[in-house]
Amino acid sequence: MDLFVIPLLKILIVLNATLVGVTYMVLLERKVIAWAQSRLGPMRVGPYGILQPIADAVKLMLKEDITPARADRWVFTAAPIIAMVPALIVYAVIPFGDKATLFGREITLYITDINVGLLYIVSVASVGVYGIILAGYASNSKYPLLASLRASAQLISYEVAVTLTLVSVILVAGSLSMVQIVRAQESAGWWFVFVQPLAFAIFFIGGLAETNRAPFDMPEAEQELTGGFHTEYSGMRFALFFLAEYANMIVVSSVATTLFLGGWLRPFPGVSALSFLDIIPGWTWFLVKSFVFLYIFIWVRATLPRYRYDQLMRIGWKVLIPLAIVNLVVTGIIKVMLL
Amino acid sequence: MFDTNELVLNMGPQHPSTHGVLRVVLRLDGEKVVDADVVIGYLHRGIEKLSENRNWTQIILLTDRMDYVAAATNNVGYCETVEKLMAIEVPRRARYVRTILCELQRIASHCLWLGTHAMDIGAMTVFLYAFRERELILDLFEEFCGARLTYNSMRIGGLPQDLPPGWDKKVLEFCRIMDGKLDEYEELLTHNRIWLERTKGIGTLTAAEAVDLGLTGPPLRGSGVPRDIRKDEPYAAYDEFTFDIPIGTAGDTYDRYLVRLEEFRQSLRIIRQATEGIPEGPIVGKVPRLIKPPAGETYHAIESPKGELGYFIVSDGKSTNPYRFRVRPPSFCNLQGLRRMVKGHLVADVVALIGSLDVVLGEVDR
Repeated sequence: MDLFVIPLLKILIVLNATLVGVTYMVLLERKVIAWAQSRLGPMRVGPYGILQPIADAVKLMLKEDITPARADRWVFTAAPIIAMVPALIVYAVIPFGDKATLFGREITLYITDINVGLLYIVSVASVGVYGIILAGYASNSKYPLLASLRASAQLISYEVAVTLTLVSVILVAGSLSMVQIVRAQESAGWWFVFVQPLAFAIFFIGGLAETNRAPFDMPEAEQELTGGFHTEYSGMRFALFFLAEYANMIVVSSVATTLFLGGWLRPFPGVSALSFLDIIPGWTWFLVKSFVFLYIFIWVRATLPRYRYDQLMRIGWKVLIPLAIVNLVVTGIIKVMLL
Repeated sequence: MFDTNELVLNMGPQHPSTHGVLRVVLRLDGEKVVDADVVIGYLHRGIEKLSENRNWTQIILLTDRMDYVAAATNNVGYCETVEKLMAIEVPRRARYVRTILCELQRIASHCLWLGTHAMDIGAMTVFLYAFRERELILDLFEEFCGARLTYNSMRIGGLPQDLPPGWDKKVLEFCRIMDGKLDEYEELLTHNRIWLERTKGIGTLTAAEAVDLGLTGPPLRGSGVPRDIRKDEPYAAYDEFTFDIPIGTAGDTYDRYLVRLEEFRQSLRIIRQATEGIPEGPIVGKVPRLIKPPAGETYHAIESPKGELGYFIVSDGKSTNPYRFRVRPPSFCNLQGLRRMVKGHLVADVVALIGSLDVVLGEVDR
């Protein structure tokens, strides 16, 4: 029972919660951007448009599924799946909370805790890039091809910077396990954002770029490439790309929360005067912190223009990666001197 | 998959950033533009030829359909040309109202430019902010003439009707609102690092190049040539107001942006002076019942939001329609600059440059 049923139940819950979260993320984005632009956003389907994501999903499922005549059929079909699946299986190692007691049974609020959790996230997330590259390539069309070339260059270069910041976090925490990293912040009494502010900033900017969000949304740049790599996609296959993007946003927010904002910990876990905050369950803190991140993602999109492709590469290689390396070296030196 | 080294990319005529049905055939080396071929004509309705078969009053309505985001300016330009041909004296009150309408229209047109230009570069919030203010102007126009896009708001010799009561107060109120909103746009863009990187040094044209290409309006002034028909050959009532002609220095996309933003402010200045000093009097001059200009030809140009909008009209003096009707549209002439500007830039800059020229395809193709 403990070996199979509970993990399966957890997977079911996390998977469904993620999918619902992703669809409502779309609504949240539309609403927040609408408010930023002094509009109302979706208002027609349900009160204040809260049923809009369901209407969207139904619409996308009923749409005709078109495969261009000259597309590479198999790759074209596989690409959205390759984009979506990694975005979902990353949640396996994200700790939403510590432990909870339910029906007299102690349950950990994460699907699994493997000792190479962070490595798992980085490697699985990298696979998602293939979805975009293959989509552009298989469409056999010029705009998607340009977009997928942009995407591959962008995602690979930003992944270097992001992974380097993760290494400095690993140095501080002394573990690759997501749960252990949170525990390390608990025992340190500080969130790692105060220990590694530079790494946090680089991770956030890199995260925007890796999820193709504004101001780095080059691969889909609607105004230039008419939708980018998913130009030729329609119906549910397009929806998979769309959902994968939002799922990735939630992944980046969750990882940032776990690594830098103390995961399920309350603010200032080292200050005992604030211990009255402990009555709020850990997973609430986790959700609130992730939500703040997601909100900032949307906010940035509403405010900033888009970088150009060459400028994006320049920032990645000439600013973020050198800074990440310096940060890593300094962290290493301090770590060695303190021990 | 593609066996040539250069990629030929067909941008438009259905493309979200070509502002209508412009088609640009790009030859790309990677993402760098090697050459660009601008293809026009998808919105050609033969307005010039149509006009030769309409009587002089009916043509006003056709001019609405050229630069449809600045219809009132087109009306004024046409009516003044016919008045010049017929030597009609337009009353001062009508000339003042024309000035106010032209400047309101300039602001509305620039709002649309700012919104779409910013949207092309990815700043989508500015788009909706600019449209919010454009809406206020459309409301003013609606109150004046009943229409919101194609106004048909002029008559040869004057105005179709007098201003509605209290209209001038609403215009002044709009000026007050607009002042604050301009700061809001500037806050989002002018010193934004990304905006600067996307617009500075993009599509640079020297003053000599801009003149050679025959550019007019903000693209010309952005390159530092202080040419503005409102100052150089005043029409309507522009000679009675004080205003400045903003010019740029570098001639790049950023300078053209700054020039247009300053034009917003100068237009507000003109509107304030005109609305406060609006004289009493008749609104239509002495116009014969049947408009039949004497035989002859004339060219008259005004400063539309996009540049020099000129009308060349030939009348044979016998019929009630023009013998030849020809428009010099600023968008068409400014579009000549695009090919020169995009060479060596990236695909992303092409859309920024199309936005920077502020072309309206209805006017390019006519």
